[in-house]
Amino acid sequence: MKYITEYRDAKLVHGVLEEIRRTVTRPWTLMEICGGQTHAIVRHGIDQLLPREVELVHGPGCPVCVTPLELIDKALAIASRPDVIFTSYGDMLRVPGSGRDLFSIRANGGDVRVVYSPLDAVKIAQQNPDKQVVFFAIGFETTAPANAMSVVQAKALGVKNFSILVSHVCVPPAMHAILSSSVNRVQGFLAAGHVNAVMGYWEYPPLAEKYHVPIVVTGFEPLDIAQGILVAVQMLEQGRVGVENAYARAVTRDGNLPAQQVIDQVFELCDRKWRGIGTIPLSGWRLRPAYAEFDAESRFDVSNIETNESPLCIAGQILQGLKKPHDCSAFGTLCTPEHPLGATMVSSEGACAAYYKYGRHMILEN
Amino acid sequence: MNEQITLEGLACPMPLPHGEQIVLGHGSGGKLSRDLIAKLFLPPFDNPILRAGDDAGVVNFDLTRLAISTDSHVVAPLFFPGGDIGKLAVCGTVNDLAMLGATPRYLTAGFILEEGLEISVLERVVDSMREAAQEARVQIIAGDTKVVQRGKADSLYINTAGVGEIACDVHISGANARAGDVVILSGTMGDHGIAVLSARGDLDFEANVVSDVAPLNHLVAAMLETGARIHVLRDPTRGGVATTLNEIAQQSNIGIVLHEDALPIQPAVAAACEMLGFDPLYVANEGKLIAIVARDDAEKILRVMRAARYGENAAIIGHVSNEPRGRVLMKTSIGSTRVVDVLMGEMLPRIC
Repeated sequence: MKYITEYRDAKLVHGVLEEIRRTVTRPWTLMEICGGQTHAIVRHGIDQLLPREVELVHGPGCPVCVTPLELIDKALAIASRPDVIFTSYGDMLRVPGSGRDLFSIRANGGDVRVVYSPLDAVKIAQQNPDKQVVFFAIGFETTAPANAMSVVQAKALGVKNFSILVSHVCVPPAMHAILSSSVNRVQGFLAAGHVNAVMGYWEYPPLAEKYHVPIVVTGFEPLDIAQGILVAVQMLEQGRVGVENAYARAVTRDGNLPAQQVIDQVFELCDRKWRGIGTIPLSGWRLRPAYAEFDAESRFDVSNIETNESPLCIAGQILQGLKKPHDCSAFGTLCTPEHPLGATMVSSEGACAAYYKYGRHMILEN
Repeated sequence: MNEQITLEGLACPMPLPHGEQIVLGHGSGGKLSRDLIAKLFLPPFDNPILRAGDDAGVVNFDLTRLAISTDSHVVAPLFFPGGDIGKLAVCGTVNDLAMLGATPRYLTAGFILEEGLEISVLERVVDSMREAAQEARVQIIAGDTKVVQRGKADSLYINTAGVGEIACDVHISGANARAGDVVILSGTMGDHGIAVLSARGDLDFEANVVSDVAPLNHLVAAMLETGARIHVLRDPTRGGVATTLNEIAQQSNIGIVLHEDALPIQPAVAAACEMLGFDPLYVANEGKLIAIVARDDAEKILRVMRAARYGENAAIIGHVSNEPRGRVLMKTSIGSTRVVDVLMGEMLPRIC
């Protein structure tokens, strides 16, 4: 497969890994922000091939994991209604709310459908004028443009029976939260290349300056990740602070301007609660007043939601990079992908799920 | 954003373990399906033949050994590139019998029809069954039809059961893999799953992929004729190659090591999987088999498979080891090792 195979070339990857080995002189802790990167690192076993000095900790960049429980419970309440077709990205179906998930809503007769794009949800709304069609608009800056576009399109087409349940989150405020924490141990970031493809990386230099860290825009294939790690290690070894782009084939400083415009047209910044982390000021997006009619939260009365969290899970600490999945006493025993206690075990991008799927044997052996 | 944020030590909720209600994942062929069988079906029906856990049960009648199997088929859409529910229903049971080294002889067919189904659709499906049965050289000798109210079923479901004869010198089971054996896959992975997903259209993507649904009994017959030591045969249907190999590893109490570079996959299937966030190791096949054979016989078997219909792209994808027992590992292309686990529940496209 062109543009993928060459970035999985063993020789090239090992060349970069060798360069990392030559460069590193002392221990460094890097955080990859994105759940997609966590998944790739564990799937390809890149962490096994790194020199001991380089430790990767897994960041909060799994949109499924950080969607707050309240929002999931609201989704479950809306999806249970007989007049609703509830549409969602696939892996949200597995995420537990307070005692239920979208699978069980479906098993009890709710019309829950997986869509690959929110624009498909608008189509479903057109095809089912007697139903209310709701899309669960979650995710980072990567999914925001398409989610915003669904609302723009619904408005332009006069589709009145479409609305979205919004739980958008933004990466830079989360990096700020992690770096400013008194227990932070992250010394450098691999920034989420797909987010940067949309947003560029002009937001990052002030963060790098303020917290004296290198931030390296990094891609998702083994060679991309190895290259991102190498640049970060070089910067750390040289004491260099700033932002570097190790994913130039997809990312520019300014990013995708039309995508940013549609986000800005539809969404405005708001405080947002992150599951496992807490409320981070101005870290999310909500619909602007001009698009309020498409807000599922006001269309359906879901204000009286009571939530109920399990006390066992350390997902919060994992999402902040303070702990690794196998530090949890429940990992792989009480908590497995089929009986997840926490969101990090639920999503295929969650750190616990990735560890379980690809590394359990090695972890037990060690 | 200058203030320091207090990070709460949040926890997460305990979800329903889906132990009280059937969800779609119970039919995915993964761990949920397996648990349902182990906990709900096996205990009340328990007997040594069922407990063997192979694709078909093996029974002895005087000097004859018979393989008996049954398989129900539900698929939307009914017709997809490369096949339809009728061909699937015949090939599914034929292949289950063939995986015990049996020569399939007779099938039965049970139809559950939804009120309103067009007769012409049923005719097309039945004609396709006739064609598949002819190719597999089996006869459909008994049948049953039920009609349910509109809305109580999705168009058409088919159950087939089959009987096949096992030659006295053939002893194939998922429990027979031995350390040192070689793992062969008869062709590319994931063609059926991606073809059906693309034909279904609800994810709005199109891949130019044709289902591999096919009767594999002639391929198996050719393999058996070589006299090679074939220890295990299994068709990796729902749950894919990864789930099937895990079942074999547990049944035989051995380890299996795969080589990522050796896994055969069509570029269009690989691309669709990349796009949707699927791992082709977990995507369904309906015309492929996994053969675990003695190392010294591997080349001989491979030659015969590649010369036979449906085995042209056969490849050695791994080997059997002593450790870790009951698990499947993979040497990745870049030289690391990772665990290949079973499919959990339903396979879902990833968000980004």
